[in-house]
Amino acid sequence: MKPAPEAIPNDLCPVATQLTTLMPGDWRALKPVVDRAKCVKCAVCWLYCPVQCITEKPAWFDIDLRICKGCGICARECPHRAISMVEESDG
Amino acid sequence: MADTATLPNKPKTIVCDGNEAAAWGVVLSRPDVVAVYPITPQSSLVEYVSQFIADGTLDAELLNLDGEHSVLSALQGAALAGARTYTATCGPGLAFMFEPYVRTPGLRLPMVASLVTRDMLTPQCVWGGQQDAMTVRECGWIHMYCETVQEVLDTTIMGYRIAEHRDVMLPVNVNHDGNYLSYGVARAELPGQAEVDAFLGEKNVNWHAALDPLRPMAIDPLTGGSGGPGPSMFVRYRKGLCNGMQNALRVIEEAHADWARLTGRHHAPLVEEYRLDDAEVALVTIGSMTGAAKDAVDALRSGGKRVGLIKVKTMRPFPVEAMARALSKVSAIAVVDRAVSYGWNTGPVYQEVLGALYRARHMIPAISVIGGLAGADITDGHFARCIEMAFKAAATGQAPDGPVWINEND
Repeated sequence: MKPAPEAIPNDLCPVATQLTTLMPGDWRALKPVVDRAKCVKCAVCWLYCPVQCITEKPAWFDIDLRICKGCGICARECPHRAISMVEESDG
Repeated sequence: MADTATLPNKPKTIVCDGNEAAAWGVVLSRPDVVAVYPITPQSSLVEYVSQFIADGTLDAELLNLDGEHSVLSALQGAALAGARTYTATCGPGLAFMFEPYVRTPGLRLPMVASLVTRDMLTPQCVWGGQQDAMTVRECGWIHMYCETVQEVLDTTIMGYRIAEHRDVMLPVNVNHDGNYLSYGVARAELPGQAEVDAFLGEKNVNWHAALDPLRPMAIDPLTGGSGGPGPSMFVRYRKGLCNGMQNALRVIEEAHADWARLTGRHHAPLVEEYRLDDAEVALVTIGSMTGAAKDAVDALRSGGKRVGLIKVKTMRPFPVEAMARALSKVSAIAVVDRAVSYGWNTGPVYQEVLGALYRARHMIPAISVIGGLAGADITDGHFARCIEMAFKAAATGQAPDGPVWINEND
């Protein structure tokens, strides 16, 4: 005999019934920006990215900013210095 | 080992130790899932329960797990799935259980777990003492301490009634002293199964958080922080737990009163007042030491001394009003602890009693006595000396500075 959900006191076991998704990109502090002129598609960033957010474009590699958490490993490892980390602004 | 061939359908009398009494209390409470890891002096308790399950005396799922952390974590899942659950532990096992232990009250899971109290390391020891249970008294579990083998059996059953009450919904520790109660043998009355079934009523332990495919949910999501609804939501759950604890004071009294009607056995639910009404001084005791303390009181009463005793049954929630009422009757006390409060250089019960004295606006000399550590005996002779100290404190208005260690010169 279970009481209706609205009849259960809201100060007992913590329960969440509304699920929201929080993507890594929602809390990033620095974002990688690719300089397409310098990128030679060597794929070093693609190899190193821990969250696998590097995507291939016709002439360069780009970043999926919904998933990128801003760790900066790609910028550090890029042999052509084609990626720079830029501070995020609000909004 | 008692005869396990038949279910105890009718009330009967057995002779057993405290660990077996607890196991019989478990059998009669009919848990669905029992998870165990053995540890001295609890081991024979879970061996009894395991044997009862093996023999078919108790129809429950038995989980022999790799450690106490797993034991309580498994029981959390079982309780959330609707099972009545049981475990027992003590000392280092309780320490290893600590992470799920602190989570269980906040999940409001009404389990019963015996603590067969054992003194804490270090020095290394395997004997009785209440340092383990006293160390975890601030985690949100209800703590009741037993005096006799019979009280262990009865309180184990009452524990489920209290834990599962909708105004409480909290886990209960039924504590009995390692060695003195775990292995001490006495006569015990087993209630009938039908009586216990009626006393405990319909089992429903997860009505507040039942998993439901039609209502997907996450149990225990991240709650709190400094922004949004976090702070107020966190306070709401904390206050809810505190309210459940305060409600438990009433529910514990009701459960003991109903149990007395059912069985004729009266156990004081919160604090027991023993020969207190015209007493000038009193001992304050907790657990199995109380038997020897009552003997000492009786002997001195025979000699015309006006001495009584106050026993703590329920340590959490602390029954401050009942304790304040009892303390108001006397003009000096000696509080005997089987554990140490390192921070206060006294016993832990002593500090709680000081709080109750303040509530009662009753400023009397109070002596902290520490004894019975790591299996040491507290004899009626020790208690007679404590009473003597209390009379001296009443006469002079002064209590000794610092604790009296009664086994120091044994």
